[in-house]
Amino acid sequence: MTPAQLADQAAALAHKATILAQNAAGFAAQAAAHAPHGAPLIDLFAIFVMAVFVGYYVIWSVTPALHSPLLAVTNAISSVIIVGAMLATGLKGGYAAHAFGFIAVLLASVNIVGGFLVTQRMLAMFKKKAK
Amino acid sequence: MNYATDPGITLAYLVAAVLFILALRGLSHPETARRGNLLGMAGMAIAALATLAHPAMLLSGVGLIVLGVVLGGAIGAVVARRVNMTALPQLVAAFHSLVGLAAVFVAASALNAPQSFGIGTPGHLHLESLIEMSLGLSIGAVTFTGAVIAFAKLQALMSGAPINFPGQHKLNLGLGILLVVLIIAFVASGGSQVLFWIIAALALALGVLLIIPIGGADMPVVISMLNSYSGWAAAGIGFTISNIALIVTGALVGSSGAILSYIMCKGMNRSIINVLLGGFGTDAAAAAGPAGAAGDKAVKIGSAEDASFIMSNASKVIIVPGYGMAVAQAQHAVREMSDLLKGAGVEVKYAIHPVAGRMPGHMNVLLAEAQVPYDEVFELEEINNEFSTADVVYVIGANDVTNPAAKTNSASPIYGMPILEVDKAKTVLFVKRSMASGYAGVDNELFFRDNTMMLFGDAKKMTEEIVQSLGK
Repeated sequence: MTPAQLADQAAALAHKATILAQNAAGFAAQAAAHAPHGAPLIDLFAIFVMAVFVGYYVIWSVTPALHSPLLAVTNAISSVIIVGAMLATGLKGGYAAHAFGFIAVLLASVNIVGGFLVTQRMLAMFKKKAK
Repeated sequence: MNYATDPGITLAYLVAAVLFILALRGLSHPETARRGNLLGMAGMAIAALATLAHPAMLLSGVGLIVLGVVLGGAIGAVVARRVNMTALPQLVAAFHSLVGLAAVFVAASALNAPQSFGIGTPGHLHLESLIEMSLGLSIGAVTFTGAVIAFAKLQALMSGAPINFPGQHKLNLGLGILLVVLIIAFVASGGSQVLFWIIAALALALGVLLIIPIGGADMPVVISMLNSYSGWAAAGIGFTISNIALIVTGALVGSSGAILSYIMCKGMNRSIINVLLGGFGTDAAAAAGPAGAAGDKAVKIGSAEDASFIMSNASKVIIVPGYGMAVAQAQHAVREMSDLLKGAGVEVKYAIHPVAGRMPGHMNVLLAEAQVPYDEVFELEEINNEFSTADVVYVIGANDVTNPAAKTNSASPIYGMPILEVDKAKTVLFVKRSMASGYAGVDNELFFRDNTMMLFGDAKKMTEEIVQSLGK
């Protein structure tokens, strides 16, 4: 075989391999669409249950004097729901999804900035006795 | 690529969740709380930036997001700076409503673009995603309207009185069952748009119906409960879109609100069911009869001069503030009064009942605003055995939380409620506008005791007059 023939054969093989790889990628994508999304539900549920327990112990250690700031700051952090709103707004998905996402981004932003700032304002007022 | 499986972004969410836990941990002491709040902000920034870094993020989308954040953030900043500290309960209620509404909208966009979250295609969503979505949606919608009603009651846009009608609880139960049926139908339909919005509408109505029977003074429980709901709604959405930051935060906030509700209920010796069914304070008020019933018993009425004389001759004064102090904005006058007393060598302390005010910790914030040092302010269990060593107790705008009937009269609606034992002090000064009974609608026998002196008038005016008199 001449080097030219070899090269042709190699090119043909490479072409076949590319098609095979493309097919494989297609199948993989199809399989992925049917596979459960992200982490399996049970893993997420385990994280959730653990977090409830962490919350239980952390919240009982909060001093009653700071229960108002606690309400305000939990308000701010529960607005981490903004990550869902951002994905809905920023990924490909059609007008409805983008519009709903945008409204949610707006609402959550009010809460995040407002919640953290008002907590800061409250906490700044708590002072010790001047000696 | 599915964002939920990107290890970098997931790691960022995990870091954010840990920072949120530290933010809450900081609140165990005023000294560490400010740093905790900064950690919370950092966590939020990390979560948001990691999401923006998503490889499939469209440039136009980033523009929209930035617009939303800037607009919303500006509104939030203005509100947080301008709000009056006495209006905090309604502000918190308003913020709760926004979390609920945001959850509804995120659920709606996930229904319209499920491929963005890897949960199926429009009209063919995964079964478990639909269940999670409908939970997030219904809890979010109930939180939204419930918080709007709480806001209206606190802002006095509507009466704080419980709204009851015949068959109320049966109606709510029926609607609740209907909601479950609709959710099952929605899940079976693979994600029907029509059913989604019917569920939303029903849950919105349910939120109104659940909160209207609850009276104004039970608002500390309502606010805590809505706090809890907003957390569970966030967690529901977190499951829908497989986001650990949301799931962890939702769980933290959910348990936080639940614990606060429990503490508030314990402070009134009532079960959460009793509070939720509402109507408290209406029947009892009628049973107690008109204020004239007190006519046959004599009360001792004093003036600001009498009060200042008694207090300046005391060696220990305990101040018991209640919602009336907040309404009259009397906290600054109270602090001036205690400054003058301290200057004259009188020991001054503050005693706070867990359910004083309209939200958990309300009195502490107001006193802090008036620059009362937090180490002069004590909780019920810390200070209750000190009343017997106090010469004077100055009760300002509180009533039911001092009523000895809670310990002695098993027929009283407040029986069993932990009270501040002000009756053990040598002299009790009650600042009140009239002889009207408190929220629970029961007479306070303390008013008629020999060692009690009633100071009739506006809480702020009366305290200011005492300040003037002390200054002479």
